[in-house]
Amino acid sequence: MTASLIASGSLRNRLVLTLIGGAAILTLLLFFAIRNYAIQIAQQGQDNILGASATSILDAASIRDGTLEIDIPYASFSMLSTPSDDRVFYAIYQDGNFLSGYAGLSNPSVNPGRRSSFETTQFQGETVRVATAARTLIGAENRTQIRVYLAQTQDALSGTLDKISRNAALFGAGFFALATLLSFWASSTTIGQLKRLTTSVTRRGPQDLRPFEKPVPSEMLALVTSLNSLMGRLDQSLRQSEDFIAEAAHRVRTPLATVRSYAEATLQRVDKQENRQAMRSMIRAIDESSRAAGQLLDHAMTTFRADHLERQEIDLVELVGELVERLTPIADMKDVRLNLRSEGKITCSGDPILIQNAVRNLIDNALKYAPGESAVDIAMIMNPDIQIKVCDSGPGFPPNEIDILATRFTRGQNAAGTIGSGLGLTIAQDVAMAHGGDLLLSNRPEGGACATLSL
Amino acid sequence: MKFLLVEDNQELANAILSRMCLDGHVIDHAANLQDATAFVETGEYDLILLDIMLPDGDGRSFLKQHRASDLDTPVIVLTARSQVSDRIGSLDLGADDYVTKPFDHAELEARCRAVLRRKAGKATSTVEIGGIVFDPVAGHLAVKGEVVNLRNRELRLLELLINATGKIFSKQKLADRLFSFDDDASENAIEVYIARLRKHLEGSELKITTLRGLGYRLDHDS
Repeated sequence: MTASLIASGSLRNRLVLTLIGGAAILTLLLFFAIRNYAIQIAQQGQDNILGASATSILDAASIRDGTLEIDIPYASFSMLSTPSDDRVFYAIYQDGNFLSGYAGLSNPSVNPGRRSSFETTQFQGETVRVATAARTLIGAENRTQIRVYLAQTQDALSGTLDKISRNAALFGAGFFALATLLSFWASSTTIGQLKRLTTSVTRRGPQDLRPFEKPVPSEMLALVTSLNSLMGRLDQSLRQSEDFIAEAAHRVRTPLATVRSYAEATLQRVDKQENRQAMRSMIRAIDESSRAAGQLLDHAMTTFRADHLERQEIDLVELVGELVERLTPIADMKDVRLNLRSEGKITCSGDPILIQNAVRNLIDNALKYAPGESAVDIAMIMNPDIQIKVCDSGPGFPPNEIDILATRFTRGQNAAGTIGSGLGLTIAQDVAMAHGGDLLLSNRPEGGACATLSL
Repeated sequence: MKFLLVEDNQELANAILSRMCLDGHVIDHAANLQDATAFVETGEYDLILLDIMLPDGDGRSFLKQHRASDLDTPVIVLTARSQVSDRIGSLDLGADDYVTKPFDHAELEARCRAVLRRKAGKATSTVEIGGIVFDPVAGHLAVKGEVVNLRNRELRLLELLINATGKIFSKQKLADRLFSFDDDASENAIEVYIARLRKHLEGSELKITTLRGLGYRLDHDS
């Protein structure tokens, strides 16, 4: 009945992955954005100082007596000092001719037209930021252009950047962790709704096909609506098939009852030996078929209920007691006594209809095979498993067949003269197995069969 | 005993009626709920045999109504439905017992007897004949004031013979009534029961005569 479905991924995992993936992308974007911005700000700061320093050098330049004089102010370099002891290089050109400083620093690609510009480049194997500034000095007889290149290594800057990156990364990680937690929470509250629905479906008994009435989230409304309509149809078809079985049983059994009654009545009037024998055979055949029909229905019912075992607390002594009371008139017909023996109160959890059915089959069997004016002993023991033992003093089970008697439609060789369907022990065994027990068949040493139903 | 049979299947009803008459009971037949209600209102019955599926309704509604109107006539439900829930439903509604169709008449009889015995006090119908007092419901036989408890088969045998005093019953006929159809080797057992009954009847004016080759007959020496 229960086919195992293959799960195509988990909704919850998918949700969590999507949320976490989104959070990861956001975190990375955030990290790079902060870092870029920080780089820009830091670079701008360095540029400003470099620019100011270069300007202060240019400002110190003057033409005296037609010659250029530059007295680099102390402040020009001191303002560039950093905690990381960055190195500073400079180069001064007059009208394109190298005047002083580090000749290699000049960069011909810089457009001389602009007043100042900044560039990052390599110098002496280190990354430096170069500021370029130019000034045109107008002397008495000539004008001359002074260009200052001022470069600074970026140790302090990269230190600052590292710090900022670290902070940004920490911030990003925190954000990511928080987002992950949030996504787990969000997905479990969402899935929780589904789980609640699942639990309320699972907790229902096999007979409970009522529609769901509790409010559900609007997204699940469609699912629950179709679930309700499915259960409605299931309920209806179950009801129909139950009605059909009842109706079929009615249709089959009523005419059988008529035939049987007539046959019995006729038997009372007929005197001729052959006719009586024929009537007897007829009645036996009717009994066979009606019993088989009943047992088949019982067997189908047992199989169905065992598949959907609905356990409840049962007072076994009361249940078996009622059964014995019900079967007493039948036992009386053979003057067979039904002795019920139980130790105190025995309760168990199981399906009362199934257990009653199983025990009834065992007692029916015992009654069939018990000789007249004997006793059938029914004992309920707890040691510590619950055992219901039904023993008669009939011919007993054939020893060579005792293992296969509970198989469907199998009947003992010594059962040829007795009416039966071969399903009684099967039903009892199915019930025992559904309750996690078994059916044990044995023969009493003093003669007679003993069937023990353990639960 | 006066019975009411509520059963819509005419054939089955006829069979039950003829069998019940044979056993010496008075039995009325209603084919639907309306008739059944009318019968119950006018007559007093010891037992009602009630079918569940009837043309004008469910037998269980009749049962409910019957119990609601404070009548405690015992009811045995005849059902062709085999589902246990159905049986339990009828018992809950106040049926005293049920038989599943097709039923063994001997079983029906046994159940009637059991139900009547349970409700005893009201439905006592003792037979007084030839110095004995016989109560088929309780299963007592008193010969000259001495009460004997009869076993079920002895009881049925005596009931059969008393209902038709002077009639000859063959061994086979008696066996068919006393034993179920699945135990065959029982004709000789009849002799055992006849012997026991003879012993029980000692001292009364009733005597079981053996007619060789024909069977047995209950005679009343007066």
